[in-house]
Amino acid sequence: MIYEPSPLAIVIFFLFVGVTLGLSFFLGRTAKSSKGYFAAHGQIPWFVNGIAFAGDYLSAASFLGICGMIAFYGYDGFLYSIGYLAGWIVALFVVAEPMKRLGKFTFADALDSKFGSRGIRLAAGISTLAVSIFYLIPQMVGAGALIQPLLGFPHEVGVLLVGITVILIVVTAGMVSTTWVQFLKGSLLVIFSAVLTVLILQRGFQTDPQNEPAYRFTTLGPFTQQALLEQLEQQPEITDQVILPAEGIWKDQPFIRTQQKASGRITVWSREPVDGDRVLLREAQMETKRPDGQVLVAGLPRGTAPGEATLYPVGRVSRLPAGVSKTGPLGPLSFFSTLENSEVILWRKKKLTHSALGITTVYFQQPTPGSHVLRPGEHPLFKGIRGNDPLAKLNFLSLMLALFCGTASLPHILIRYYTVKDVSAARKSTIVGIASIGFFYILTLYLGLGAMTSGSLDVTNNNMAAPLLAKSINQWLFAVISAIAFTTVLGTVSGLILASAGAVSHDLISSMRAKPLSDAAQVRVAKIASCFVGAIAIALGIIFQKMNVSYLVGWAFSVAASANLPALVMLLFWKRVTRQGIIAGVLVGMISSLTWILLSGDTFDKVYGLNPADAIVPFSQPGIVTIPLGFFALVIVSLITQTKTKTV
Amino acid sequence: MDRQHSRLGFVLFTIYLLLYVGFVLINAFRPTWMQVQPLSGVNLAILYGFGLILAAFFLALLYGIFAKNEPAEEDA
Repeated sequence: MIYEPSPLAIVIFFLFVGVTLGLSFFLGRTAKSSKGYFAAHGQIPWFVNGIAFAGDYLSAASFLGICGMIAFYGYDGFLYSIGYLAGWIVALFVVAEPMKRLGKFTFADALDSKFGSRGIRLAAGISTLAVSIFYLIPQMVGAGALIQPLLGFPHEVGVLLVGITVILIVVTAGMVSTTWVQFLKGSLLVIFSAVLTVLILQRGFQTDPQNEPAYRFTTLGPFTQQALLEQLEQQPEITDQVILPAEGIWKDQPFIRTQQKASGRITVWSREPVDGDRVLLREAQMETKRPDGQVLVAGLPRGTAPGEATLYPVGRVSRLPAGVSKTGPLGPLSFFSTLENSEVILWRKKKLTHSALGITTVYFQQPTPGSHVLRPGEHPLFKGIRGNDPLAKLNFLSLMLALFCGTASLPHILIRYYTVKDVSAARKSTIVGIASIGFFYILTLYLGLGAMTSGSLDVTNNNMAAPLLAKSINQWLFAVISAIAFTTVLGTVSGLILASAGAVSHDLISSMRAKPLSDAAQVRVAKIASCFVGAIAIALGIIFQKMNVSYLVGWAFSVAASANLPALVMLLFWKRVTRQGIIAGVLVGMISSLTWILLSGDTFDKVYGLNPADAIVPFSQPGIVTIPLGFFALVIVSLITQTKTKTV
Repeated sequence: MDRQHSRLGFVLFTIYLLLYVGFVLINAFRPTWMQVQPLSGVNLAILYGFGLILAAFFLALLYGIFAKNEPAEEDA
């Protein structure tokens, strides 16, 4: 698809950036001390902090990633919503209050509160940096990927714009401005998602979406299998076309190609077997990336001029219950029960690679019963749960465990607990966080399914599902949602950079010096560190441009859960824990989960480009092995290093 | 000092943990159960999923209400 950037979106986005930067410089005067810089003086009202939790936590992966996954595969994306929210229960009941009671500025403070050990500081500081960098990369790449279709700037500009804005926010007023940016973004995201959901329910479902450009895909047949080509030639729809032979990459594929004699435009048809030996031909779409970089659509150069072609927007309900063509407004439950009994056209893709002609991707229709769209196990990642392979099931359990344990171990979330005044405020802000984040996650299912049936999806880019859904409703909403999607990145990246800067200045540097840094020096070092981390984030965002990096968020959760949670939990609930035990727990959890990830099938496939079947570890998600391993290492080392007085 | 308070937290946490584990295990080992429609044509996958999110909210609220009444908490 070709996007026309909306000037309104650009205006709204720069308005938001302007307001946040103005606020930052204004607040910057008040954040001179380290307590002001790292913890906003501990004076943030609990309600604001709760919404800021939402702004901090709901990253682009949540908003764009989950909506896109639901829009293309149905229910499965919602499993992430459930897992991401469940983690907050751990945060509330296990982590929130002790975190506030024990710590001062960083996660390492809490871990180190009992022992005052430089080793613990160093280990916790390193794990904070590792987790935050993994989390940063997809955010920055996401910023670049978004800015092109939404605001019309190239990738590098998007990454630079986010990087510089965030560095300014963090350097001027640290946690004070970060909190307000996250509060603003959190409120906007939740409010506008709710508005979108109401409009989706108002619109209901219809079998032919009315929004422009309404292209109707043709279905031909059914034909008899043996006489398919002869019968196809007789079709009135293709009298001006010739059937292309199934040669080269097209040999033995379930596709047939026809070419318009006049324009040279090629249409791909996918064969769909229906009862017995009969087949339907459904119109598909084709995009070819030539080795020289040229992109062809339907065999023509990509573009909107005459003699050029673009991919059509997709996504619709093909059949509604009782044969109606339009449902009218639906309730929050009848939305699902209607879809259960409908049929939806999902789009799947198949890549055909030719060494000289480049990579051709065919996007073809797959009519899917609504009941399948609304059940778990349609996405390739989750297919395993419907099969019999115990390893695939273990992989699923491992993912759900990492999501559950990961949230409460993310350093950029944990540091928010130091911004409120006491334990009671920490608890209350977590409750507000759960309410707003939970509400948003419920909406993701409506947004995703609304996008699936909006007729406006881009088959090549599922991250665009939510903004395009807004576009199918109206241009104004598209501009707002685009700007919000982009500011989503700002809020999360600020939190991550602040957490990293705190780890560097408060934990790493002070663990290497005999004397702690002075208050003013800590703030100065933190500001320099923010610039460095910001610059690294910008560089990584540009380097990883071409890679699909959304799975890095999953890495961050697994590493955080394996390295940080065992130490945190055991420190709170086990009296015999020792300094060496904590260091061992953090290091073993971090190193084992990282090693597991680097040796997994997912990484073989997506990062090294190797066959995932050759991977060394039996399944991709490390959590179910490495979280217990972290606990185990901590307990064993603690038991070995007991001092005499403690073992009595 | 706040034993009753942490006990309440522990009980509520356990309730949620059981609900979550139940959800995950059904998905992993009895995925077809998620297709049954116990209520007004909506399947178990959606009802249970929404239920988990609402349960998190209500348990959190319960905790907030009862924990507030603990005098020991105010000076923590």
